[in-house]
Amino acid sequence: MDDLQCDGLTKRFGNFTAVNDVSFAVPSGSFFSILGPSGCGKTTLMRMIAGFENPSKGDIKIKGNSVLATPPNKRNVKMVFQHLALFPMMNVGENIAYGLRCRGEPKADIAHKVAAVLERIGLPGVEEKEVAQLSGGQKQRIAIARCMVLEPDVLLLDEPLGALDLKLRERMKIELKLLQHQFDTTFLYITHDQSEALVMSDNVAVMNAGRFEQIGTPQELYHSPASGFVAGFVGDTNRWKGRVVSIADGAAKVQTAAGEIVAAASGEDVAEGVEVDVFVRPEAIELGVPENGNSLRGKVDSLLFNGANSRILVRIADGELIEVNYPVMDGGGGLSAGDDVEIGWARERGRCFAAAR
Amino acid sequence: MFRSDASKLSLILLMTPFVLWIGLLIVLPQLGIGYISLREKVGPREYELGLANYIDFINEPIYWNTLLRTAWMSILVTALALLVGFPVAYYIAKIAQQRSRAALFLLCLIPLWVSDLVRAFGWIVLLRETGVVSGMLQTAGLISGPVELLYNDVTVVIGLVYTVVLFMIVPLFSTLDGMDNSLLEAGYNLGGSRVTVFRRIVVPYAMPGIVAGCIITFMLTAGSYLTPILLGGKNSSWFTEQIYDQFITRYNWESGATFGVLLLGFTSFVVWLGLRLTGQSLANTVAKE
Repeated sequence: MDDLQCDGLTKRFGNFTAVNDVSFAVPSGSFFSILGPSGCGKTTLMRMIAGFENPSKGDIKIKGNSVLATPPNKRNVKMVFQHLALFPMMNVGENIAYGLRCRGEPKADIAHKVAAVLERIGLPGVEEKEVAQLSGGQKQRIAIARCMVLEPDVLLLDEPLGALDLKLRERMKIELKLLQHQFDTTFLYITHDQSEALVMSDNVAVMNAGRFEQIGTPQELYHSPASGFVAGFVGDTNRWKGRVVSIADGAAKVQTAAGEIVAAASGEDVAEGVEVDVFVRPEAIELGVPENGNSLRGKVDSLLFNGANSRILVRIADGELIEVNYPVMDGGGGLSAGDDVEIGWARERGRCFAAAR
Repeated sequence: MFRSDASKLSLILLMTPFVLWIGLLIVLPQLGIGYISLREKVGPREYELGLANYIDFINEPIYWNTLLRTAWMSILVTALALLVGFPVAYYIAKIAQQRSRAALFLLCLIPLWVSDLVRAFGWIVLLRETGVVSGMLQTAGLISGPVELLYNDVTVVIGLVYTVVLFMIVPLFSTLDGMDNSLLEAGYNLGGSRVTVFRRIVVPYAMPGIVAGCIITFMLTAGSYLTPILLGGKNSSWFTEQIYDQFITRYNWESGATFGVLLLGFTSFVVWLGLRLTGQSLANTVAKE
């Protein structure tokens, strides 16, 4: 059973199409993310699901029933806003009780439910606190509790971690995932931060210019992106421009400014003579020449130490910089800037997509 | 050391004009008025200190009736101004397009370019026996003869609301403008109806603006002179008119000063009472950021 289903959803503002024929389904109890750069239409999509915008075309179904005719205050879809939108004139308890009071539940039940939900989010007994007294992470949890106390079919989250500092954001990622497990509710999460989407989601939809480029698990998006946009947007990657010289068994020989390389041809429009972008992830590239792989010569430009994510920046023949995995665990191999190196990667670890015209 | 000296100096420089203003133009004249109000005239150029002026006030019903009437009508004007001003402020701050907002706000301010006097005369042109409204009603055949629409309480109240409503709109606009739209959306999203969202989110949020606007309009109305006199004529019985009479017509400064002190005291009391009754305080509304 799908909790949320969108069919051919389209939204136009005048001549501008913000959301273009988007269809997807979110299975019950899963964590679904929509990942895209700012201005790609993801917020408009979420606002349509919440009922704040009317779609120009298409249908939205919650638990199988179309909600297009249902006003926002009657939809059982709750939303955590980007800046949380906690009511500043109410204390924490009143904020959480607001929705229950709107429903007209008896007072005793309300107090009981508020206490119970605060318990679940790990902030028992804060009912009397003012919103301004809470820390960023606590506000976050209160905003979620305010929605979850109403037991929604779907919880919408509109980049709620955007306003937090990095350390807290890292912690809240994990916490959100745990909360989702605990409440066992369908979460629809919107973000432009690929690491948030990858860490938390069961499924991710990558959105660009109003369309979904690919829907899949984080692993699928990372290892087998369906388009150049997904390959470039999800995870770190190196990118070269080139032209296909020949193609055989799904492997394309690509002439780039730095030399000839072989990469997996993705998509049907990669053919002989086509301009392509080649994507290779930094962790796939290593020092030395692998057997039957691609290799390039270059000079170490700089070493970027960042723990497990450390990188070597190598300047290749045509002057471009390439990020290469820096094996810090092995002591770094005594490299220093200016050294001549040879880098290489297995052929199947690179992919090429027809360049966008 | 240098730092604290410099900040002390800048504090003094900043405070001096303010202190002079408060001291010379507000506190000192009020003290003077207060002193005069306590003088009893016992003979030509002979005065004694005492409360006789206040006792006179209490013993003459027409005086305190006028004061009560002024206060009552000012409250009415304030309530009406809130009723009229709130939708206007809400429209400009929340519903109007971003680019038309400044123009709309400017439109609200345009009447301020004309003096109170001229604006009151505008009403006279409209409402007098030979005025525009009377003429139009006759042309339309709704009334047989000319009708006098001036010199009654309704006209005074309408004129006053018109004069002060701007001072209600401006503070309301600035608080509503500061309200994040997502608060309203969250209000609907969590199941609130229009009425609930308005009652539980918009009004509490706008409370500082409402309180500030009400205090300003009430004080302006109670202290206004031109509009009630011009639109209400001899029957307007506005308290400021009594004060003017005492000072200028009867040359009874002692009595005029007493009325002045009483007006200040009474309006302040009404404001305090209003705050108490609505459970607000200056500290958590007007002074709140």
